[in-house]
Amino acid sequence: MRAFSYEKPANPSEAVARAAEVEGAKFLAGGTNLLDLMKHEIEAPAHVIDVNGLGLDEVTETEDGGLRIGTLVTNTALSAHPRIRRDYPVLTRAIAAGATGQLRNKATTGGNLLQRTRCPYFFDTNMPCNKRSPGSGCGALTEGAFSRQLGVIGTSSSCIATHPSDMAVAMRVLDAIVETVTPSGMTREIAVEDLHLLPGDTPERETALMPGELITHVRLPAPVGGTQAYHKVRDRASYAFALVSVALVRQADGTGRVALGGVAPKPWRRADADAQLPNGAAAVMSVLLDGATPTEENAFKLTLAERTLAAMLKEA
Amino acid sequence: MSPPIGFTLRRRTLLAGTAAAALTHSMTRDASAQTAEAPQPVGPQTSTVTLVVNGTPREITVDNRVSLLDALREHLKLTGTKKGCDHGQCGACTCTVNGERINACLSLAVMHDGDEIETIEGIGQPDNMDPMQAAFVEQDGFQCGYCTPGQIQSARKVIEEIRAGIPSHVTGDLTAEIAMTDAEIRERMSGNICRCGAYANILSAITQVAEENA
Ligand SMILES: Cc1cc2nc3c(=O)[nH]c(=O)nc-3n(C[C@H](O)[C@H](O)[C@H](O)COP(=O)(O)OP(=O)(O)OC[C@H]3O[C@@H](n4cnc5c(N)ncnc54)[C@H](O)[C@@H]3O)c2cc1C
Ligand code: SF4
Ligand code: FES
Ligand code: FES
Repeated sequence: MRAFSYEKPANPSEAVARAAEVEGAKFLAGGTNLLDLMKHEIEAPAHVIDVNGLGLDEVTETEDGGLRIGTLVTNTALSAHPRIRRDYPVLTRAIAAGATGQLRNKATTGGNLLQRTRCPYFFDTNMPCNKRSPGSGCGALTEGAFSRQLGVIGTSSSCIATHPSDMAVAMRVLDAIVETVTPSGMTREIAVEDLHLLPGDTPERETALMPGELITHVRLPAPVGGTQAYHKVRDRASYAFALVSVALVRQADGTGRVALGGVAPKPWRRADADAQLPNGAAAVMSVLLDGATPTEENAFKLTLAERTLAAMLKEA
Repeated sequence: MSPPIGFTLRRRTLLAGTAAAALTHSMTRDASAQTAEAPQPVGPQTSTVTLVVNGTPREITVDNRVSLLDALREHLKLTGTKKGCDHGQCGACTCTVNGERINACLSLAVMHDGDEIETIEGIGQPDNMDPMQAAFVEQDGFQCGYCTPGQIQSARKVIEEIRAGIPSHVTGDLTAEIAMTDAEIRERMSGNICRCGAYANILSAITQVAEENA
């Protein structure tokens, strides 16, 4: 790990001011992703701004009947919150499907959204990777590469990595909104839909956040009701990242919403695919996965996604 | 159960030797890798923190890079907490911070100023074992024992987490009371890997404790 200086500011405006001022600074929340990457020297901040002193660890009710989640609310606390369990069960299910008890105790809401890809070539610093080292090539797209875990849609010829978060897929199906403070101290809102960028030619640019912009809250609109479910398919029954995951909200009249994890650089959802829900899983996927460019090794994800949704619709 | 003193000393000497060698290596690498253009730290690279470990405040000055795990093992010489993967994957380093279990390898010592940390040494001693330690012995919940401190830390918290109504991946009704089933315990213990495969007996030990204080 590279040497760094450390500070723990007491409020968000101080945190963003310092992040704007100090070159090479990085926010540290639970640390379960950032410290892992710093040990590999994939991340090498010269200065670490610990955000755990900022408060921002409460879930409060909003005027429209929704919830406002402080960025430091842990994954465990969020999954166990009575209102989330009752009104947004897809979120509890998605969080509980990820990582382990120990990690969820430490992982935070904002940190989870901003966790980086688990592409094996991104982690292997002996391999080329356009995301880690722009212009070096993509290890996952070389002859004979191992791409079983990687993306099938929204990817590019520069990068086929997926966004690994389970929680984010539920946030997307619930139309969550991220609240931030910009480096100049202004607050702004970003729909979760717009938070993660597609790789294009610049896979190193992963989110719509400006350098030094701080997530303060994530807001959930009023409950959407319906039957909610999250189904994660992985190589073992527990404690593995998704091959494919499906977040579903289904109303009594058959309409609803669908978002996919494990297939794209961001939680994958389309309004015109949602509209196909009354027509069944094949109809939804023909729209949602239209234009997919899988590798030979991960083409199975297309079939798997459709079958997973079909199984869920049978139960819902 | 405590190792003979001679053994402890020999092992310490060896550890100190390898740690020094590793440090020299990483420092050389850092110096060469940090070109003039790369951003540099803007303040001290060490911090002084007080960790309240097993009830006793312990002040240490550590490099900012030192994990909570290394602070416990290398600085406070509490070697009961084990290092397996050092990347949050195996659970050997599980200890509790302010009453919640975490992976001590994925946290920095500097983040824990004033925090209450409980390690396996604080839970019980050979002549005064915690019920979970006693149950692991009775049920043969370990073979080599390397994963055991982490397993015991998790096991104690898993029972509490189920009783507190924290849902897991296998929980059925999210609004009902959660039952202490084998499936619940197994799922919640999935972050503690046992290379010796003592899982069945670990489950028996946890079930025994859960039933004893039901
Ligand atoms: C072994 C292992 C297995 C895992 N399995 C899963 C899984 O199955 N599913 C899953 O979804 N996840 C999984 N995870 C990932 C885990 O969920 C994330 O590591 C965690 O959610 C990150 O949250 P954190 O608070 O620890 O983030 P940190 O590591 O502290 O931060 C992550 C990033 O977010 C930035 N950041 C943090 N907070 C803010 C803020 N408020 N504003 C701006 N930037 C911020 C940091 O600078 C950093 O770049 C796993 C992790 C491990 C180690
Ligand atoms: S898929 Fe993306 S993250 Fe993986 S090696 Fe290629 S560029 Fe890097
Ligand atoms: S050493 Fe911490 S999880 Fe393996
Ligand atoms: S008892 Fe040997 S690793 Fe678990």
